[in-house]
Amino acid sequence: MTTTTDRIEKQIVLRATPARVWRALSDAREFGTWFGARFDDDFAPGKEARGKITYQGQELTILFVVERMEPERLLAFRWHPYAIDPAVDYSSEPMTLVELVLIAVPEGTRLTVTETGFDQIPIARRAKAFEMNAGGWAHQLENIARHVHA
Amino acid sequence: MFTRSVAAASKHGAPVFAALGDETRLRIVARLSDQGPMSIVRLTEGESMTRQAITKHLAVLADAGLVRDVRRGRERLWALEPSPLAVARRYLDLVSERWDTALGRLAALVETDDE
Repeated sequence: MTTTTDRIEKQIVLRATPARVWRALSDAREFGTWFGARFDDDFAPGKEARGKITYQGQELTILFVVERMEPERLLAFRWHPYAIDPAVDYSSEPMTLVELVLIAVPEGTRLTVTETGFDQIPIARRAKAFEMNAGGWAHQLENIARHVHA
Repeated sequence: MFTRSVAAASKHGAPVFAALGDETRLRIVARLSDQGPMSIVRLTEGESMTRQAITKHLAVLADAGLVRDVRRGRERLWALEPSPLAVARRYLDLVSERWDTALGRLAALVETDDE
């Protein structure tokens, strides 16, 4: 079932050919440069690829499970979004599915990104991601209160 | 440059950030945070606005999952809602922002070479 909190979709028109965009998606090193990770492994359908991200001065390992690669058309992988708490073993938790779809358009390439499966992630984990990112919901409200009272 | 090409295609309701992008609504959230649930009458007292205008602002906040109305006896009160739904929606905003940033870097990468 698709709910309003399960899925996001993003679209961007890139002024580059599908071939060029495909290289930036399918080559793990190029992918890493814009995604913000350094991959040790190549992407291949059905294979895992591990990468490193730096978060608040700590180096963390991220895992992609590449599902499908259709040149100049589709890259699909699963991962654990916001798996940024080094104290947590995320391996037993559900992964979200990311699909990057390319379509040639007169301006270049339209890239559509969908990420689904957020509702399978425990709500406490989702709250934690926010907490780590911005200091927590309560903290956020305190900031707002301070801002308004200032 | 990046914003021109990114459609804000988030599928959930009014994003939290947009809901809070208004001084009156920020003030409402702050007052509910400081003083707890209150009626629309009390909320309107502190504002130089009609009750109808405050009601519209509350509707925007409610749509973003930030506040909800609760019944206390015969009274209808408005309260902050740090509910699972609010968390879930806010989480999507975070993920969405992360993609915006990454796609901006992707555009910079593929649009500046191979020309």
